[in-house]
Amino acid sequence: MWWSGTCHRLIAATLERMSVESIFPRLEALLPKVQKPIQYVGGELNSTVKDWDSADVRWALMYPDAYEVGLPNQGVAILYEILNELPATLAERTYAVWPDLEALMRAEGVPQFTVDAHRPVRAFDVLGVSFSTELGYTNMLTALDLAGIPLPAVDRGEDDPIVLAGGHAAFNPEPIADFLDAAVLGDGEQISIAISEVVREWKAEGRPGGRDELLMRLAESGGVYVPKFYDVDYHPDGRIKRVAPNRADVPWRVHKHTVMDLDEWPYPKKPLVPLAETVHERFSVEIFRGCTRGCRFCQAGMITRPVRERSITTIGAMVENGIKESGFNEVGLLSLSSADHSEIGDVAKGLADRYEGTNTSLSLPSTRVDAFNIDLANEFSRNGRRSGLTFAPEGGSERMRKVINKMVTEEDLIRTVSTAYSQGWRQVKLYFMCGLPTEEDEDVLGIADLAKKVIQAGREATGSRDIRCTVSIGGFVPKPHTPFQWAGQADHETVDRRLKALRDSLRGDKQYGRAIGFRYHDGKPSIVEGLLSRGDRRVGAVIRAVWEDGGRFDGWSEHFSYERWMSAAEKAGVDVGWYTTREREENEILPWDHLDAGLDREWLWQDWQEAVSGAEVEDCRWTPCYDCGVCPTMGTEIQIGPTGRKLLPLTVV
Amino acid sequence: MQRLRVRYAKRGRLRFTSHRDISRAVERAVRRAGIPVAYSAGFSPHPKISYAGAAPTGVASEAEYLEIGVTTPCNPGQVRQDLDESLPPGLDVLDVVEAGPGGLADRLEVSEWEVRLPGADRELAEVAAEKFLAAGTVEVERLTKKGLRRFDAREAVLGLTVSEGTDRTAAQVRGEPCVILRMVVRHMTPAVRPDDVLTGLRLVADFAPPVPPEVTRLAQGPLDASTGALADPLDLDRDITRGGEAGPAGEHVAG
Repeated sequence: MWWSGTCHRLIAATLERMSVESIFPRLEALLPKVQKPIQYVGGELNSTVKDWDSADVRWALMYPDAYEVGLPNQGVAILYEILNELPATLAERTYAVWPDLEALMRAEGVPQFTVDAHRPVRAFDVLGVSFSTELGYTNMLTALDLAGIPLPAVDRGEDDPIVLAGGHAAFNPEPIADFLDAAVLGDGEQISIAISEVVREWKAEGRPGGRDELLMRLAESGGVYVPKFYDVDYHPDGRIKRVAPNRADVPWRVHKHTVMDLDEWPYPKKPLVPLAETVHERFSVEIFRGCTRGCRFCQAGMITRPVRERSITTIGAMVENGIKESGFNEVGLLSLSSADHSEIGDVAKGLADRYEGTNTSLSLPSTRVDAFNIDLANEFSRNGRRSGLTFAPEGGSERMRKVINKMVTEEDLIRTVSTAYSQGWRQVKLYFMCGLPTEEDEDVLGIADLAKKVIQAGREATGSRDIRCTVSIGGFVPKPHTPFQWAGQADHETVDRRLKALRDSLRGDKQYGRAIGFRYHDGKPSIVEGLLSRGDRRVGAVIRAVWEDGGRFDGWSEHFSYERWMSAAEKAGVDVGWYTTREREENEILPWDHLDAGLDREWLWQDWQEAVSGAEVEDCRWTPCYDCGVCPTMGTEIQIGPTGRKLLPLTVV
Repeated sequence: MQRLRVRYAKRGRLRFTSHRDISRAVERAVRRAGIPVAYSAGFSPHPKISYAGAAPTGVASEAEYLEIGVTTPCNPGQVRQDLDESLPPGLDVLDVVEAGPGGLADRLEVSEWEVRLPGADRELAEVAAEKFLAAGTVEVERLTKKGLRRFDAREAVLGLTVSEGTDRTAAQVRGEPCVILRMVVRHMTPAVRPDDVLTGLRLVADFAPPVPPEVTRLAQGPLDASTGALADPLDLDRDITRGGEAGPAGEHVAG
């Protein structure tokens, strides 16, 4: 390791007193030698650089993937803005560096840096890491190591930042518990401000009790999870026996955070506009948070309850401001099921009217399979660009769709898709999952039948053979806090066999095969994702071993190595099958049971049982409550319109 | 349709932008600034912005050029200010004029480059430059998108001088004194770039700088037939616009 621990401690001790220097001159000398250097230089429009000494609480916010993926992330962007708006608080961003730069940084002793002012990450008070997926875990270890922060949280000292995880994967942070000082569940807006104030107070008091007291102050509230304040005991057979606080005043359960009035938090206000090319080149507005459709595989839909809509007026204002501030020519209306907004029709029409003729395109991630969705898509594509529509039936057979509670009949789908084709859409993309609980070969082969019927109906509706459909398949991974958290994951051999049979069925079809595209990945990455999703603290040793062996960027197929993960697991004595393909009993203590997403465990179990028997549950947005437990536990309620307001035309300046 | 010709600089850390990065940034800035840019017709309309010979990624420049077509006539001075404010610091708009007759690209005949060589030996650099200038041809190789190409780097070089100084580095901070090459290079096909000239210096005199050079394009334009000096390519446009615009704007220093 290039970093000498002792030497670094001395440097860090002086950091707080002298203003922190930019490492840019040292980084700059390396940039001509790396791919896409622009991703490391910062300077984005609307980025913020504050004077180091003007703040007494300083956050480094990390998205643990490449800049091109991390920059468009809404979570980081929102917190970056909110924290920088706080007085005496600053926030800067840091991303995973690619292996070419990592090697040069190690050779030249350049530490992990923020892209805003190129300050060393170790100089900050808090390093907040946002995990949308578990596949960023190894990248966090790279960043910690490059920063000179000890990997095990217990080895960190006064001068190391508090390493804090957030994002959806933080709802089970146990696999990375050893590397985290703390984790936060749920919406970050308010809790990040609260944490800032706790840190500020503790620093102002002269850091009484050191690092542990700060963590204690955070943990006491029940709103911040500090893994080291909890002990985990195991049964001889490996199951968890007990997870218990190991000091007084640490609560037994840690609860998630829910922002109740999205209109009060209209972020991003100043969208970051990257110079480098990124995966989403658009201004995105969340039109609501939460989803109660009850799709049983969907972790996001379970952990973000209840539904909270942003009003049509705020959406309109945010879009107007966002376009003006960014110059983006595309607007995305985000949510887990955007067509479900109570005033989505008026939002769509209002925005389409406002931006007609301005070369601004509007997009709606569409998931619902019904005609209404096509009306919306038509509204959004008034200028004639009807390239592709996406639907997500998720399950290939009617039976499968009942198991996952995705209530779409084959007739619905065919009718909807025919309508789309007849209204000028030429390409329809269909999303499915493979490896779902109770799935049989025939359920997956049903995808081929469905796709063929879609093409047939499309040809009939348009009288043309010039239509296409793409079938995209993702591997199902059971996630914590969902009814499928007890399910055995399908092994990768089974998934691969079914995918191959499906491919053969599609490719071998003379009549329709050429009109159907097929996209899928092999089943192996899903097994690693499954290990990390439902793992416990013992999986941490595997993550560390993979990282030490060179594992980086696990979300990228060209970097991911299944063999590396399996051999690391074997060496660490971790049985991957036990964590992934094993079905759990009702009373088994799950690694995340002490982390409270508000969902009633009994309801989840009951829903799991109903899944197996194919019983459906309605959406509580419109139908009576079915007692998932979130609202009473969290003291929240569904917040939806309609407000009855319309978007007025913008005044031309 | 009015066309506006824009001279802009790429400075400091923004010298790492690629041509594609710049075109995205400019398109967004034009929208932010509310400049009534014209769009192409067709299935996917594109704003009418064209770029002339962009400096390579990693090379700073004080003299990059682009042309914007607008649907309603604009005041060039106002566009200069609005566009500059809408671009990130480091992409700085220096000059805007209304296009007169004649293509802009045709006027960009030569470039003047500054190449800073920290840690290089001045005497060796001078010897290398002399040998290079004395040679009839200096064949160099460079890996291009079309594969390895071999071409003469000598003919295009109209001038090459060696000095030493503390002029700005490409990063816009005052650097340590170091050897500075200045070269005037004619635009040819294939293009001879400063790094090709450095390759040439290595071939003729085994001259190799110890660290990557810091390169800045100082100017581009036509050669004045009478003086042999590099002229401002926008002067031809300025002559016919009412009263003419002021010269290049004051330089902004980027971090």
